[in-house]
Amino acid sequence: MNQSLRNGADAYLARYQGLRGRLPGDAAIRDAAAAAFSEGGLPSMRDEDWRYTSLRGLAETDFQEPLSAVSTAPILGEAIDAPRLVLVDGRYQPGLSTPPAGVTVTPFSENPYFGRLPDIKCPMAALNTMLAEDGVQLHVAAGVDAGTLVLLSLAPDGHRPIAFHPRHGIHLEAGAKLTVLEISRGQGAYLHNAVTEAVVASGAVLTHIRLQAEGPEAFHVNTTFAEVAERGTYDAFVLTLGARVARTEIHARLIGPHGMVHLNGAQLLGGQQHGDITTVVAHDAPNCGSRQTIKNVLSDRSRGVFQGRIEVARVAQKTDGYQMNQALLLSPHAEIDCKPQLEIYADDVKCSHGATVGELDAEQLFYLRSRGVPDAEARAILVRAFLAEAMDPIAHPGARGLLERAIEQWWEHRP
Amino acid sequence: MPAVTETIDTVQSLTQSGYKWGFETDIEMDIAPKGLTTDTVRMISAKKGEPEWLLEWRLAAFAAWEAMVEPNWAKVGYPKIDYQDIHYYAAPKRPAPKSLDDVDPELLAMYEKLGIPLKERAVLAGVEGAGMEGVIGSGNPNIAIDAVFDSVSVATTFRDTLAKSGVIFCPISEAVREHPELVRKYLGTVVPVSDNYFAALNSAVFTDGSFVFIPKGVRCPMELSTYFRINAKNSGQFERTLIIADDGAHVSYLEGCTAPMRDENQLHAAVVELVALDDAQIKYSTVQNWYPGDANGRGGIYNFVTKRAACRGARSKVSWTQVETGSAITWKYPSCILQGEGSVGEFYSVAVTNNRQQADTGTKMIHIGKNTRSTIVSKGISAGRSDNTYRGLVRILPRASGARNHTQCDSLLIGDQCGAHTVPYIESRNPTAKVEHEATTSKIAEDQLFYCRSRGLSEEDAVGLIVNGFCKEVLKELPMEFAVEAQKLLAVSLEGSVG
Repeated sequence: MNQSLRNGADAYLARYQGLRGRLPGDAAIRDAAAAAFSEGGLPSMRDEDWRYTSLRGLAETDFQEPLSAVSTAPILGEAIDAPRLVLVDGRYQPGLSTPPAGVTVTPFSENPYFGRLPDIKCPMAALNTMLAEDGVQLHVAAGVDAGTLVLLSLAPDGHRPIAFHPRHGIHLEAGAKLTVLEISRGQGAYLHNAVTEAVVASGAVLTHIRLQAEGPEAFHVNTTFAEVAERGTYDAFVLTLGARVARTEIHARLIGPHGMVHLNGAQLLGGQQHGDITTVVAHDAPNCGSRQTIKNVLSDRSRGVFQGRIEVARVAQKTDGYQMNQALLLSPHAEIDCKPQLEIYADDVKCSHGATVGELDAEQLFYLRSRGVPDAEARAILVRAFLAEAMDPIAHPGARGLLERAIEQWWEHRP
Repeated sequence: MPAVTETIDTVQSLTQSGYKWGFETDIEMDIAPKGLTTDTVRMISAKKGEPEWLLEWRLAAFAAWEAMVEPNWAKVGYPKIDYQDIHYYAAPKRPAPKSLDDVDPELLAMYEKLGIPLKERAVLAGVEGAGMEGVIGSGNPNIAIDAVFDSVSVATTFRDTLAKSGVIFCPISEAVREHPELVRKYLGTVVPVSDNYFAALNSAVFTDGSFVFIPKGVRCPMELSTYFRINAKNSGQFERTLIIADDGAHVSYLEGCTAPMRDENQLHAAVVELVALDDAQIKYSTVQNWYPGDANGRGGIYNFVTKRAACRGARSKVSWTQVETGSAITWKYPSCILQGEGSVGEFYSVAVTNNRQQADTGTKMIHIGKNTRSTIVSKGISAGRSDNTYRGLVRILPRASGARNHTQCDSLLIGDQCGAHTVPYIESRNPTAKVEHEATTSKIAEDQLFYCRSRGLSEEDAVGLIVNGFCKEVLKELPMEFAVEAQKLLAVSLEGSVG
């Protein structure tokens, strides 16, 4: 194994040994994760699931513990008008938060529940299990429409590299409804390695929208495990704009008939950024549907990665699975790597995936130019149109507006 | 639709026939003891009377192989292979025949039985061709055949005719003696000795295979074909094929294979290297019909093959077409390295798995040169308890401006106990390149079946018809003689998968 990855892994294991007595919750769960992490280490590009994403930069950074107290109130940045929960350096800040009425919020530090879905075979999830200190557990009772909630993660320090591993849970009981808008921002070099468990009971609808706008030197790793019961819906969207290296990994499992999973996303990258969206949608029940539309806009020397797997179990007849991954390369030095996969064991299914890679269409550009639209604006229009298909399912007007403004800003300030 | 009518007739004539190439031929053999050491490599090299450089090359490959581990990334499962429990050399005892007349009559009879008469027929044999049940175009006068039996080539037909136009078509062991400069120049340049585990093994112990050289500007006057037959027990077949098309040359090459039905598994690890220079075109068609094992997955060939083409010249073109119906396990990715400006790579594949067969197959298209183009059409059909995986790579390197790829992968599932998987890798580092990938998975639609049934077709015939329609895009790429055989094979492979 690569020596720097081994050293990086050893540093985390040493930190765990040092903190072991002080971390909340069941030590046996953490020990099991530590054993798994010790064996596999930080994933290398030799691991099939990580073949396009290198964590060397992460391994070679000497991350410290976050400070225990927040000195000054951080700038929250733009959000939407909705109740909010704020985490600073991965720790829940009740003083800055305005929990909504319909949602029970329990900090992980008070009630360290690790969930039942996260899989320590995912090395970064194991790392989280080993070192998680805080996070928020959200619970919505049966039949309650809890509206919209903003989950804001900030890393405002920026003076020294820190690492935090928040552990979140979102549990919707039967027929409940919730929209979570998760925003991550920060400054300087830090590692934000979050794990989220989302449990959607029968008939419940969880809308999970994410804006990842971490600082340009940050490492962002986000692993979500979602389980959807009969007639439930997990509707997720992720917009990746920030971080030096970002990996968004979503494992969604449909366990009851007529469930629905939407995993849409867009990555807009520049500079030397590396963005990776990896999804696994497992159809374990009949008559379920899944839809994925992922768009990549890559400029400069950036590199976009999409890996998406649809698994259809033998029992999951009448599955309707669809996945589309498209990439626009705006520069001769940008790179896209994609690996869409189908793994199908049932015969009465409709599954398809598609992938396209190319640059902006010269003819479309010419059409706009010939109608007097300046080049830069024409390109902006075409990029917006390219992203529209992935954005369209976002029904929440506030969230949609926020994401669109973020995209606009990215386009204007792109190097 | 004559082809479709043909299929229906064939399905009817072949009901319940199963694998009909599974007989064994009793021929006196010269077999090397089991096991693999440097001595085995030296022994093979000595048997072939090879020059020192080739022995060194083999030994280097063997050293590389010993240092490697067997790959396990493919979606196939099998018990560990004991590489020391295989005969690496098996050849008929009679001395190498000087001409077709010297070939052991037993062998000739076997090839007749397989439907591959090794006679150079002067008369037009179109009528006979259509009815034969072999895999290769049945004594057609337009096909020259190299017959490889276990470890050696036993006969090559039409050599004189080919020689007149300057085409070299002979066993590779003979090419090593007769045309060492060509072999030395190209051998291992497309698939290096340490390329992968099975290629390294092949490089160390390869015994025979075909060698083709088409000189500048020559259009090969007939189809070339190699017929591989594994006959000996507990042996492996490790053949090596090298085809070179010089500037402006054209050639179409066919490959077919069968093996006896046995309860134990046998290893077939071949390497095929193609080199296409400026404006050259190579069309390589395979109908792979190794013994697939019985309904419970006992026996069958492990087909672990490395096939790669180097499109070195500008505007060169290589087209791979494969119909994979046989083998217990198929591990095979015919690839194109598109180096020459404007070079073209094509991959058309039908892979059928039934019973407990496992296939993990696909292609790699590496775009290096400007304006290179590639097309991938893959049709996977799974039935019974089989697993069928398409695994492919399209890589666009930074210099490949204007490169273009289109990939279409379709899977068809017959029955609810089988699996169909698609694993494409797409890597692009040039914004002017366009890459498109589409994949679908479906089953035979009830309404299609109902339509056929309502017109009086039996369920099995209807499935045969629909499957042929599903594969049409690929089958039409096959040379005429092959297409008909391939359709029959599809029908036979899927026998008993419905109802």
